Amino acid sequence: MSLVLLTPLDLACAALLVLLLAFMSWRLHLGVERRLLIAAVRSTVQLLLVGLVLKALFAQTNPWLIGLMALFMLTVAGFEVLQRQQRRFCGPWGYGIGALSMFISSFSVLLLTLTVIIRVEPWYQPQYLIPLLGMLLGNTMSGAAIALDTLTRGAWDARGRIEARLLSGGTWNDAIADIRRDSLRAGLIPIVNAMATAGLVSLPGMMTGQILAGSPPMEAAKYQLLMMFLISAGTGLGSMAAVWIGSRRLFDDRERLRLDRLRPAGSTH
Amino acid sequence: MGLLRLEALRPRVLAPVSLCVDSGELVFVSGPSGSGKSLLLRAVADLDPHPGEVWLGAEARSAMPPARWRRRVGLLPAEAFWWTDTVGDHFPQAAAIAGASGTPPPSDLPALLSALGFELDVLDWSVGRLSTGERQRLALARLLAQNPEALLLDEATANLDPSNRERVEQLVDGYRAGRAAAVLWVSHDPEQRARLGGRQFGIHDGRLAAIT
Repeated sequence: MSLVLLTPLDLACAALLVLLLAFMSWRLHLGVERRLLIAAVRSTVQLLLVGLVLKALFAQTNPWLIGLMALFMLTVAGFEVLQRQQRRFCGPWGYGIGALSMFISSFSVLLLTLTVIIRVEPWYQPQYLIPLLGMLLGNTMSGAAIALDTLTRGAWDARGRIEARLLSGGTWNDAIADIRRDSLRAGLIPIVNAMATAGLVSLPGMMTGQILAGSPPMEAAKYQLLMMFLISAGTGLGSMAAVWIGSRRLFDDRERLRLDRLRPAGSTH
Repeated sequence: MGLLRLEALRPRVLAPVSLCVDSGELVFVSGPSGSGKSLLLRAVADLDPHPGEVWLGAEARSAMPPARWRRRVGLLPAEAFWWTDTVGDHFPQAAAIAGASGTPPPSDLPALLSALGFELDVLDWSVGRLSTGERQRLALARLLAQNPEALLLDEATANLDPSNRERVEQLVDGYRAGRAAAVLWVSHDPEQRARLGGRQFGIHDGRLAAIT
């Protein structure tokens, strides 16, 4: 196995392409050059930092440090879910629903994988735990964010219909059932599409990485399959948890639709 | 049975409201727009959070599951909403009629629909093609088909022509008398209030007071 090591010069060449793109954006008045450059710098700093942190983490295999890293990843993912909500829940619920559902789904799937499927010793070995958790959280995050956003926007727009069902003697469960189903579907569609086209157009990122790093293609494919199955399970679980908690939170103990628990679109506080 | 009693009910913009509507009694509420008439009815149906208690006969609202309360104390909102495409989907009884031809329908749904000027085939109509007036009349049919013991009507005839208005008035009046239902009716039409009689209340400056 030969791994071609990248030199800073190699990376600088690739970075030049991004600079070129930014220059074109400026000339063509596309207005994205600033954001493009900031995002490029951000990813450079973040990835280099993560590389450093992981290097230290891998050297020690300290369960507390690994736990801290996992907690940090979950915290950031929770904020990311919050950011993507047009009408988020007020108070701690806005952050809590996304973070809790991601915690339940990602960590349960992760534990299952490490102890039953991959069976590493000890189970918290960071070479496996951190990348797996990252992929799980990253995808669950998108699923939960889309599902929650669809739920809250749907409830906001369908207030009259939901209340009509309540008035006809329906429970909160009957009244929100349609919207809940749509939200779950919306949360699951990206991963279903990704599985359906995997390998036909582009090789998934993880498989590409493994092949570039010298792994045999079949081994890379097997790992990619494992990841896709885990990700779809995690995303499904996470979206379901988010939509269940969220839809319950839309109603109070007297089964009234409580849209006042959502923030108006656009307000940040 | 249909005795409806509001006890220090306090919707958002109103001073505490205590009001008793007897079985078979009709009570009108009027007031300028934005004065809180609709909020009062929504509070009785328990759609918005608010302090206060409502009794139906001897049963307290707080002791009843909310879904059951809303079925027994039926609110007709000013704007009717429909949650599927076909009118019949909104009538639980319609499935029984369509399913078993020859057996008698389990309720008086055909009579109810014809009293409002509809044939039974209205159940197959698409909701999107209904006019505003048709929506309003069908929403009333949907509500009465639930057999509520008390009625809360919010501008029930606002979008209707005179002949349909009369149909609705007669139907509600017949329901009130026949089932001894308490009726709380928000109406801005003085002629309607004079036509149907009953006690009259007005809302002024956030207070509900009898009009003498």
